[in-house]
Amino acid sequence: MAPEHLIIAPIIIPLVAGALLLLFDDRERRLKATISMLTAVALLVVSIALLRITHADGVADDGRVVVYLLGNWPPPFAIVLVLDRLSAMMLVLTAVISLPSLLFAAGRWNKAGPHYHTLFLFLLMGLNGAFLTGDLFNLFVFFEVMLAASYGLMLHGSGTQRVRAGLHYIAMNLLAALLFLIGVAMIYGVTGTLNMADLSLRIPHVAPENQMLLEAGAAILGIAFLIKAGMWPLAFWLPTAYTAAPAPVAAIFAIMTKVGVYVILRLSPLFFDGTGSSVSGFGANFLFVGGMATIVFGTIGVLASQALGRLAGFSVLVSSGTLLAAMGLLQVDVTAGALYYLASSTLAVSALFLLIELVERGQDAVANVLAVTMEAFGEGEEDEEFDEEVGVAIPGTLALLGISFAVCGILVAGFPPLSGFVAKFVMLTAALNPVGMGNGGEISSMAWWFSAMLIISGFAAMISISRAGIRAFWAPVEENVPRVLLVEIIPVGVLLALTLAITIQAGPIMRFMEATAASLHDPRSYVEGVMQAPRVERATPEAGQ
Amino acid sequence: MELVLALGIGFLVSSGVWLILRPRTYQVIIGLSLLSYAVNLFIFSMGRLVVDRPPVLPGAGTVDPAAYADPLPQALVLTAIVIGFATTALFLVVLLAARGLTGTDHVDGREPER
Repeated sequence: MAPEHLIIAPIIIPLVAGALLLLFDDRERRLKATISMLTAVALLVVSIALLRITHADGVADDGRVVVYLLGNWPPPFAIVLVLDRLSAMMLVLTAVISLPSLLFAAGRWNKAGPHYHTLFLFLLMGLNGAFLTGDLFNLFVFFEVMLAASYGLMLHGSGTQRVRAGLHYIAMNLLAALLFLIGVAMIYGVTGTLNMADLSLRIPHVAPENQMLLEAGAAILGIAFLIKAGMWPLAFWLPTAYTAAPAPVAAIFAIMTKVGVYVILRLSPLFFDGTGSSVSGFGANFLFVGGMATIVFGTIGVLASQALGRLAGFSVLVSSGTLLAAMGLLQVDVTAGALYYLASSTLAVSALFLLIELVERGQDAVANVLAVTMEAFGEGEEDEEFDEEVGVAIPGTLALLGISFAVCGILVAGFPPLSGFVAKFVMLTAALNPVGMGNGGEISSMAWWFSAMLIISGFAAMISISRAGIRAFWAPVEENVPRVLLVEIIPVGVLLALTLAITIQAGPIMRFMEATAASLHDPRSYVEGVMQAPRVERATPEAGQ
Repeated sequence: MELVLALGIGFLVSSGVWLILRPRTYQVIIGLSLLSYAVNLFIFSMGRLVVDRPPVLPGAGTVDPAAYADPLPQALVLTAIVIGFATTALFLVVLLAARGLTGTDHVDGREPER
């Protein structure tokens, strides 16, 4: 099969599997969990295969841009799916996170409401589609697929607190969707196209009198993505929503903020990097300042958090802010570090969300929420149902949880020896050596601010996480040892092992990230790849025989 | 015609924004609906306002594009209407659930203290 056809697989596979699951009764949870887990494995295999298509390690090529023409129209027309290094990397990251999250949910969360797995698979479909599409309006459609599924997942298990947070979450996202549409419409009105590559070619030639309109459209579009990414002051909904969401859902939500970051990362160089055009670099300063403000807000939030869940929610904000500020610096090397940071922080925060639910299970607050949840679902199945569950409760629970928590803390704060440190080190080195290592060069004040905030936010995270850890693990806990199933601790272990793996393999992974960042900042190969994508010739009757 | 459309969109947006800033969930959902109507009209107008021109080209052969309406915004508007309608309906369900669980229709789930 031609690799071109593999591109659509990350969208088709979860769609078909999710629809298939609707045919089964909700009581067949084990079957459903197995099917969705197999789907996630298939997605992982496919996305790794796609990654290998775009990037062969050790080969100094431009990286392949593979284009899938839906409907077989010549490129500027109709919708295209585009696979390049960045989208392949995001696909792999999504698949890698979805698998532990599904395993975790198989423990007990998928019992808290109907159609958990179907919604989860549709969420994956929306995410994958958003990463693959090369068309602005199609991006909107996949965003809505993703969001619609996320509303269901966010409310999974019901309960007052969750519905209240869900109400705000949905209202915010509906508003963001409207802004998205306004932005897309304005850009279409000025340029007459929605294909991202075609836009990249046309934007430098926009008539001066329309430039204002174009910039306004792009800014409105940007606001829609920044709401998703959680930039201050658009992020007040985020910590509440992520805390209220069920743990496995919060773990996959960790990548949903990264979707906003991804789109900005993809679009701003495509639209505003055209050399010599008067709109190049549009919005970079805004991103930088906004990102810095987000780090400050997130850091204050991390320090002020009493509950562990909110701590994780604000950590998401800090990582978004770091990514946005790094993008605002407009340096290829910083972007490469930021991409590595994206992978590292997504894995770490995802593990943190899962872990927090396990830790808090020993404390009363969340155990009560869970009990209320079960009650609200209207089934009197309580302990006896848990007992015959898939896994066994593991011994030495507290020690294991404590170690995992410490590892998460090290990752989030960016201390050596794990990947969080590597990521921050790369970004700092790049920011403080703007023209390459040892070449001197003027260090901008932005770089100084960025470095300072990076270090302060890591310090604050360490303070806050060690404080929370002391309270959770060194307190007298005779009666309150949490019951943790094996299938619930394994996902945390897998995610943490993955961060260890990307630390050990930091060399090849950084080379990949550098190549990705270079092609992002010089999107010519992307544009050419899309615009010159060959159509599939219609099979003639002779060829068919 | 441009003036009428612009005024219409303007009224819808201003009422919508005012309503979503109100404290009751019902006002918020009506505000979101008004905003989405405004956005739909806005997308439509981005294909330029023309009267009595078909959006479909007649088969093969070269034609003068100026004699035809831009079909793309019309297609976009259809998609946007469907998606907006579905998500608003979903929001309505959540709104009712919140009303049932909290016993109030305030957006924060509790009445402000007086």
